[in-house]
Amino acid sequence: MSAMSSNWDRRSVLRAAAGLAALGPLAACGGNNGRGGGSGSGKSLSQYFHAYGEPGVEQAVKKYASAYKGANVGTQWITSNDYETKLFAALLTSNAPDVFEFHPQIQMVKSGQVADLSDIINPVKDDFNPADITSHTYDGKIYGVRMIDDPQFFFYRKSMLEKAKVGVPTTLEELIEAAAKLTTSKVKGLFLGNDLHAIEAPLIWSAGAEPLNAKNEIAYHTDAVAAGLGQLRKLFTSGHLLLDAPADYWDPSAITQGLCAIQFCGMWAMPAMQKALGDDLGVFPFPKVGSNGRPSVYNGGWSMFVNAKGKNVDAAKEYVKWLWIDQKKYQEDFATSYGFHIPPRTSIAASADKLKSGLPAEGAKLFTDYGHFDNISWTQAMWSALDAVISDCVRKGGSPEAALDKADKTINRELKKLFG
Amino acid sequence: MSTTTTRGVARPAPAKASPARPRRGLRGNPTFNFWLFTGPFLIGLVIFVFVPIGWSIWLSFFEARFTVTPSHFIGFDNYKQMLTNSDFTGSLLTFTVFAAFIVPTTWALSLGLALLVNRLRFMRAFFRSVFFIPTACSYVAAALIWKMSIFNGVRFGLANTIVGWFGVENIAWVSNPSPPWYWLVILTVRLWLQSGFYMILFIAALQNIPAELYEAAAIDGAKPGWQTFRFITLPQLRATSTAVILLLLIAAYQAFDEFFNIIGNKATWGQTPLMVLYKTAIGSGQDYGAGSAGAVILTVLICMVTLLQGKIMGFGRGEESK
Repeated sequence: MSAMSSNWDRRSVLRAAAGLAALGPLAACGGNNGRGGGSGSGKSLSQYFHAYGEPGVEQAVKKYASAYKGANVGTQWITSNDYETKLFAALLTSNAPDVFEFHPQIQMVKSGQVADLSDIINPVKDDFNPADITSHTYDGKIYGVRMIDDPQFFFYRKSMLEKAKVGVPTTLEELIEAAAKLTTSKVKGLFLGNDLHAIEAPLIWSAGAEPLNAKNEIAYHTDAVAAGLGQLRKLFTSGHLLLDAPADYWDPSAITQGLCAIQFCGMWAMPAMQKALGDDLGVFPFPKVGSNGRPSVYNGGWSMFVNAKGKNVDAAKEYVKWLWIDQKKYQEDFATSYGFHIPPRTSIAASADKLKSGLPAEGAKLFTDYGHFDNISWTQAMWSALDAVISDCVRKGGSPEAALDKADKTINRELKKLFG
Repeated sequence: MSTTTTRGVARPAPAKASPARPRRGLRGNPTFNFWLFTGPFLIGLVIFVFVPIGWSIWLSFFEARFTVTPSHFIGFDNYKQMLTNSDFTGSLLTFTVFAAFIVPTTWALSLGLALLVNRLRFMRAFFRSVFFIPTACSYVAAALIWKMSIFNGVRFGLANTIVGWFGVENIAWVSNPSPPWYWLVILTVRLWLQSGFYMILFIAALQNIPAELYEAAAIDGAKPGWQTFRFITLPQLRATSTAVILLLLIAAYQAFDEFFNIIGNKATWGQTPLMVLYKTAIGSGQDYGAGSAGAVILTVLICMVTLLQGKIMGFGRGEESK
């Protein structure tokens, strides 16, 4: 011990510190800093992805990145449930990703967080689903490249409905009745997710309303929506709804493990469901709510954005153009080789054989016939206000009107901040 | 030994440096040594504690959405927004209910465990470890095990399997706020996680009580058991109890992990103040101004309650408090 002390004099310590400092850049090569691994040279880019549930997606994303020669592209695969929280926090720092996936939201445009991508999209604009272009456009500029469209609807076990002599529901009342008839001691009739937030927007559309009107004013607060919320409360307390499942609505395990007869989910889970249940599977849209309602399908999805405050905006745009506009094979692979998604490029969607027949074709038809896309003016804070509506009146049993009034207050404040 | 002389007298080898020799230069300067050891910690404290607190107070007076370097001064509007936010005020009520239960329950449970373990003659270390080990478990991991494995709502969840033996149908422990089964889930996980730590504090305090006190009490006719506990043990533990209650109260105010992971961020009930602040500032709202205002309000509340509790229980009175 004493020998050690005598050897480590001040000069030795300084020499060691200088050596460590010199090794720093080398150490960075091997660290998990989200930037290594690419085959390109020169510039480094980082990209954020949320964790997709389907096996193989992470490897695919990293494979695409390593094939890019224009820069070293590192991928951060965010496994947390709160992808947006991590992304938003990162965007405030110097460690923000250069490229990230998210949904079109106006506050990101207004706060200067996302770059204008019009110049790379305009040449191929006509090949994109027009609704996707609209949902990414603000003030004539396009702020993101849609990677996939994810229609969300109901999946049901045909054999269970036949056994219970239940038809495919076309109204919310029929859905509630079907849930009752399908519930047994081991199987619940219906699964809408553990906190029901997945169906809040479909409920509005199916009641004939919209979240916002063309003037960016509240349009969801209608009698039909309030009545639909009341019906959902009845369903919630009926004992026919699967609650507290180990995995949420986006995971197919509730229906594949036989915990429920009908599950709200996304088309991404269709391959896993088909693998587990074979042909014993059907799909239908969120049914009509009220007499003036209409069936609806939420066309969710993910888009690629460029961090406008990043250090490599031009390089990031080049990468986004290369991967999500030029590389059609990768785009088709991403949309159809893992989960099923609708490619936003009409040329790719038309040539995607996996979506042309059987259940995937039925899903694609629901997307076309009943789909509703993201509204760029509907922000994350507004989604949270709708979550609170479901919590307050459906799960907690409060008055739908009071819950909607509370949401109005929050959303009007948000609208005022955004549009004055 | 090589210095042994022909006269047979062993003489110690001369030391290279006499321990009594005054040190020269900076190393011999007590002020330098003080700053050498405390400086890094003080710098860390300033950078990671005082600067963020100051920045948070500054942010609370600005319109700071999607930015932490705002420019639009709005006075007390953020404070008004938070104090009229029913979710935030409701969360303060939730904390009160939670603290009112968890503080005395953990205190009693950890004291009970300490008394039991302290009396053991065999395997004391084993049982002490058994009760202490949960302290090492992450709150997030424990909350997820409680939610997804023990208290999930399907037929193969542990809790539902047990209640199923008595003919009770599957219970949604967390999703459904009425009846409020979610409290059972949250309280049991927190009791499991923190009782062991406070048990160790009580064991240390119990071992510090002089045996002579018990001997004197026995000579005076005190009965072992409740009477001795009531009049000897409990008063001797007063200082430790006060510290434990103070720590429990602060921990209750800071509750976040198990609430967030068990109830989720979509519910409007069962939220702690930190959950609301998280959602406001870092979550979907990205409103750092309002979030900071809420943090300032919460800090003031914690200080007030802590001071009040210290005054009531006599924390910091030294020997007088015993």
